[in-house]
Amino acid sequence: MKAIVLLGHHVNDRLIRLGYITRFLIQILLQSGTCLLRPRLVLREIYFIGVQSLIIILVSGMFIGLVLGLQMYDTLQRFGSGEGVGTVVALALVRELGPVLSALLFASRAGTAVTAEIGLMKATEQLSAMEMMAIEPIARVIAPRFWAGIISLPLLTSMFNVMGITGGYLVAVPLLGVDEGIFWSNMQSSVDFSNDVLNGAIKSVVFAVAVILIAVFEGYNSPPTAEGVSNSTTRAVVTSSLSILALDFVLTAFMFRGI
Amino acid sequence: MNRTIMDIWVGIFVAIGIAATVFISLRVANLLSSTSAATYQVHAEFNNIGGLKVRAPVKSAGVLVGRVTDISLDTVTYMALVTMDLEQQYSFSIDTSASILTSGLLGEQYVGLEIGGEEQKLQQNDKIMLTSSAMVLESLISEFMFNKAGESK
Amino acid sequence: MPDNNLIEIQNVSFSYDQRPILKKINLVVPRGKVVAIMGGSGCGKTTLLRLIGGQLKSSGGSVKVDGEAVETLNNDQLIRMRRKMGMLFQHGALFTDLSVYENIAFQMREHTNLEEEIIHDLVMMKLHAVGLQGASQLMPSELSGGMARRVALARAIALDPMLIMYDEPFAGLDPISLSVVGELIRKLNDALGATSIVVTHDVQESLKIVDYIYMVSEGVVVAEGTADAIRSSEMPFVHQFVWGEADGPVPFHYPSRDYADTLLGRIQ
Repeated sequence: MKAIVLLGHHVNDRLIRLGYITRFLIQILLQSGTCLLRPRLVLREIYFIGVQSLIIILVSGMFIGLVLGLQMYDTLQRFGSGEGVGTVVALALVRELGPVLSALLFASRAGTAVTAEIGLMKATEQLSAMEMMAIEPIARVIAPRFWAGIISLPLLTSMFNVMGITGGYLVAVPLLGVDEGIFWSNMQSSVDFSNDVLNGAIKSVVFAVAVILIAVFEGYNSPPTAEGVSNSTTRAVVTSSLSILALDFVLTAFMFRGI
Repeated sequence: MNRTIMDIWVGIFVAIGIAATVFISLRVANLLSSTSAATYQVHAEFNNIGGLKVRAPVKSAGVLVGRVTDISLDTVTYMALVTMDLEQQYSFSIDTSASILTSGLLGEQYVGLEIGGEEQKLQQNDKIMLTSSAMVLESLISEFMFNKAGESK
Repeated sequence: MPDNNLIEIQNVSFSYDQRPILKKINLVVPRGKVVAIMGGSGCGKTTLLRLIGGQLKSSGGSVKVDGEAVETLNNDQLIRMRRKMGMLFQHGALFTDLSVYENIAFQMREHTNLEEEIIHDLVMMKLHAVGLQGASQLMPSELSGGMARRVALARAIALDPMLIMYDEPFAGLDPISLSVVGELIRKLNDALGATSIVVTHDVQESLKIVDYIYMVSEGVVVAEGTADAIRSSEMPFVHQFVWGEADGPVPFHYPSRDYADTLLGRIQ
């Protein structure tokens, strides 16, 4: 009996949170006019959210590509199709690894920074002060970060993919001796624009909305204490990582069912 | 943080991002060469298509000339109805034959077109009349075994 | 002038999670005066400011600012109302990602279309008024507590508000900064022709500068009067508060069971 009550309580809690976060999203969308009128606000946040995530994304992308190239070549070689390494690396990156890993890295690099920053602004009454100055914090603080995240993550994902494919290329062609022409042509003949590239891009946009929405939501609703902010930051990473993986499964099931 | 430096960085960031997207679209997915050509649609009925899939290549003399766009079962004749898009720049005679072939022993299956002798060309929504089905490895082997068994009698 | 009181608070109640904070409190703030609201920690002083600013809504009674009842205003009207108010938050609440200059220019940029040169002159005037013209390019993290408070003060008066609210302006300041801030509150109020509300529990400093004092305890006004009247008040609570005595009507001990009983283990 106790277990059922506990379960019900948890489910209720999650649903209520989901409701809050949806309402928050609607509020952000309604108050995005300021961002359109003053793109500089968004630009500033792209610097802090996007540009500052550049290094981690580029380096991780390169290493993922290198490792993927090595492992895939090793396995494919057993079936005598080592030349397919370009195809496998490109498909894996463009369809799955690129969007998912970039989003996870983005959540831990940029998402936490956003949550902590907004949480601190709340704890030090900066948001209240803004409200008292007749400036809506959602329009001035939250919405620019939200849009900057949505612009940044898909771009970062593209960069991650390119670095990964370059990594795969470096392993396959100079190191393992796969023919360069075959590497690219195999890849080109099996990677499709709308099925693979476009679907990957859609994924990364969806992940961007999820990650940045959770980040700003947790920051905006964090208790105004040091402990509250740190808890919110942790929760933002955990929640957004899990949402990325769950959303990825759902999206993949829809997108690649018939192929 | 100086505004100009920030602007420059954001500019570089967006430029790299767009360049990466273009690279993936063109170099990896080969967007230009795969969709730029106009196509026309033809159909063909096969007894058995084996493992043919949507988006499998259509080749003639080994050159890629189009792709399979749809596969369905004709419920009147109970044959497989394969629809393919052929590139406009390649035209085929009306008595072209289509067969389902395999690249390599275990590779992917594709549709091979072999040109006939008629003057008239295939048009949009025409049907290829001459078809030969996929070689299904299992039936080949069982046929072979059966023949062997017959010989040894 | 329609009436002499800028703020009229009548029978206002407010509770937080069913814990009553304010119980039918009444007070008025006349125009042009500096009024202090005093009381122990957690007696609802800050809540009172938030009610006036419209950040919280009372559960009963009316809060009138400049003749308008705050709780009946819609969002746009509230925004217009707030533009006539300046507020100094407990710890300054400076925007940490903006320089001192930008902090003060913030409202001018958001709410007006002034030329950059005019904004520059206005910001420098405000900074000069608090004596920090030389610190305009510093970031908030580079300021001492007293300086940060003065910058926040300059920011609160950036748009020449008719009402300035101070939430614990003296908290955590050294004695020198304390009197600097105290004097600034008085001077700025008179120079701008504004009205000020100072929420504080720093008795000695505020008695020096304010015109009128409300003592709040347990959600109601328990005493009011001018500085002299409060100083010489015979009311036990006021006396305890003003002279900072440890025990009195406000007991030293949190309500508890009998001490001897607890120690002897007669009750758990």
